[in-house]
Amino acid sequence: MTDLAATDPLPKPKRDLAPILLPIALALAMIPLIGSPSTWLTLTAASLAMGMMIFIMASGLTLVFGLMDVLNFGHGAFIAVGAYVATLVLAPFAASIQADSLWINLAVLAPAALLSMAVSGALGLVVERVLILPVYGQHLKQILMTTGGLIVAEQTLYALWGPQIIPMPLPTSLRGSFIIGDVAIAKYRVLATLIGLAVFIAIQLVLNRTKLGLLIRAGVENREMVEALGYRIRRLFLGVFMTGSALAGLGGVMWALYREQVHASMSDELTVLIFVVVIIGGLGSIGGCFIGAILVAMVANYGGFLVPKLALVSNILLMVAILMWRPRGLYAVTSR
Amino acid sequence: MMILSGDPPRSRVLTLLLVVIILALALTPFLFPGAKALNVAAKICVFAALVASYDLLLGYTGSVSFAHTMFYGIGSYAIAIALYGMGPNWAAVATGIVVGLPLAALLALAIGLFSLRVAAIFFAMITLAVASAFQVLASQLSWLTGGEDGRSFQLPELLRPGTVLISKTLFGFEINGRILTFYLVFAISALMILGLLRVVNSPFGRVLQAIRENRFRAEALGFRTVFHLTYANCLAALVAAGAGILNALWLRYAGPDTSLSFSIMLDILLMVVIGGMSTIYGAIIGATIFILAQSYLQSMMGVASKAAAEAGLPLLPGLLHPDRWLLWLGLLFIASVYFFPTGVVGRLRHGGGDKSAGASH
Repeated sequence: MTDLAATDPLPKPKRDLAPILLPIALALAMIPLIGSPSTWLTLTAASLAMGMMIFIMASGLTLVFGLMDVLNFGHGAFIAVGAYVATLVLAPFAASIQADSLWINLAVLAPAALLSMAVSGALGLVVERVLILPVYGQHLKQILMTTGGLIVAEQTLYALWGPQIIPMPLPTSLRGSFIIGDVAIAKYRVLATLIGLAVFIAIQLVLNRTKLGLLIRAGVENREMVEALGYRIRRLFLGVFMTGSALAGLGGVMWALYREQVHASMSDELTVLIFVVVIIGGLGSIGGCFIGAILVAMVANYGGFLVPKLALVSNILLMVAILMWRPRGLYAVTSR
Repeated sequence: MMILSGDPPRSRVLTLLLVVIILALALTPFLFPGAKALNVAAKICVFAALVASYDLLLGYTGSVSFAHTMFYGIGSYAIAIALYGMGPNWAAVATGIVVGLPLAALLALAIGLFSLRVAAIFFAMITLAVASAFQVLASQLSWLTGGEDGRSFQLPELLRPGTVLISKTLFGFEINGRILTFYLVFAISALMILGLLRVVNSPFGRVLQAIRENRFRAEALGFRTVFHLTYANCLAALVAAGAGILNALWLRYAGPDTSLSFSIMLDILLMVVIGGMSTIYGAIIGATIFILAQSYLQSMMGVASKAAAEAGLPLLPGLLHPDRWLLWLGLLFIASVYFFPTGVVGRLRHGGGDKSAGASH
């Protein structure tokens, strides 16, 4: 250590670019296969939007695992709860949703999304305290407990809102598409992409530029060491868990608007998708989760266009392929 | 003792409970007349075997698989498609068995080998993803599986309800093909459960438990954990497919709702945990409690829900609605993981002491 002067910058870790290039390469490789450039652009925009939504939902799960080695099989419940809570705000203000003004629409959507995040975050607090705290450190019981929690949450939603599908129409100003030349890009997808990017950048900034983020990253890599330095990692974990739950709620609102409907079983469908993303990305890695989400969305969109039958199993094929390449996911951050 | 592989229930109450359950099941056609009772009894038999096979995975190796219904579904669909395509004869039954069982074992082998390559923690997630893909596949390949409608089929002559084997005049009971089918289901389920009991009490079963408690130590002792885990996976898949075959034979139907859906997976999970993990006997208890509740508690909830609605109570009618019974089971499930993780059997055996089972891996 003596040959390093105190003023020298710390040696930078080697950047691993291959996973970042993967979605770009995949997208470029699809141009000749799809043929028409305008279709390709539309599909790519769709993939980005879908990927961002999945990323928002999955980011919390991957951090929760990375930080505390907790497997949460009930993450989907936060998504469904978020979507249902949003209907509470959106239904009474249906008139404002129909209004043809972006600002009026957003003035209703933003509080709805915030309320959803608050409720799912609060639910996260309860779940962490009641379900996860007692079985901390035991994977088998974590899986059982959180699965039980998922059942209870889903059934409660059914009991409160009834089993029918609730329509959730898009605000008027977010309907339709931007038409540039012969490329049509749905407006809502642009918004979803922007929100997703904002969330990604915010998470990255917090993780890489703040002391809190430093502690979280350190905790992901070596929990005991951070604890030994005197930080209350349990409290940190609770914060991450609640944030992750709130993000899942936000993702739920966005997904419900994207599908224009809310149903308690949406959590089942999305849970599988999120798991695939988290596995592909490498448990605990935000960057991997981001790339994984885009990859999953790309495979779903391109695959659905080129070989519709394949779309049914495309996620599994993607997961198998990635894990054959990197058995611990794109970025292996945890030592576990 | 031989037949139980030297692993008796080890609790007087449990023994009594098991004897009552098994006798009641065996004598259902005579004790409880009517189609519903017989259906419930057959379902308990099938699920006891299915849950016991899941216990081999969850309880004895400590790995959580969400793909167990997939193997169950493979068994169901194999027999259904064979009987649907080849007509109601024994050759079709044989074909279904010969195709279904190896298919389930092969798929289990593939999943086992693949998920062993990746981090062990992924196992539960990978099985969930594979199972959901399989479910979608089964509902989409409608030319083969009948899609959402599933496949109804006829049984061979001997097993049909119309076939009277012993007429009523002889004993006062009519023994027909339906009752014969029931005893077929009962006997094969019992054989499978006894077989599993043999497996878990064999040296192989001991190694599985060693792996559950500490995989590295088991490996350090020289056991090939990869081989053991994969083997256990395949065995469990085989029994699950066997239970699927019985289920399809009993229902004369195979469809997504009765043999593949994710809710069956949750049911199995609930049954194992409530009955008691790593006991095998827990499967019988769990399946009995769960299915009796499913079949009879629901109607009681309907009455309670109506009463609450008439009394003008808010919220309660919705919470007590018969379709919401899973809510209460979910709560029961959480409570049982929380308060008695060894389930009914563990409780009866150790009088509340919390030993073994549910260890982290």
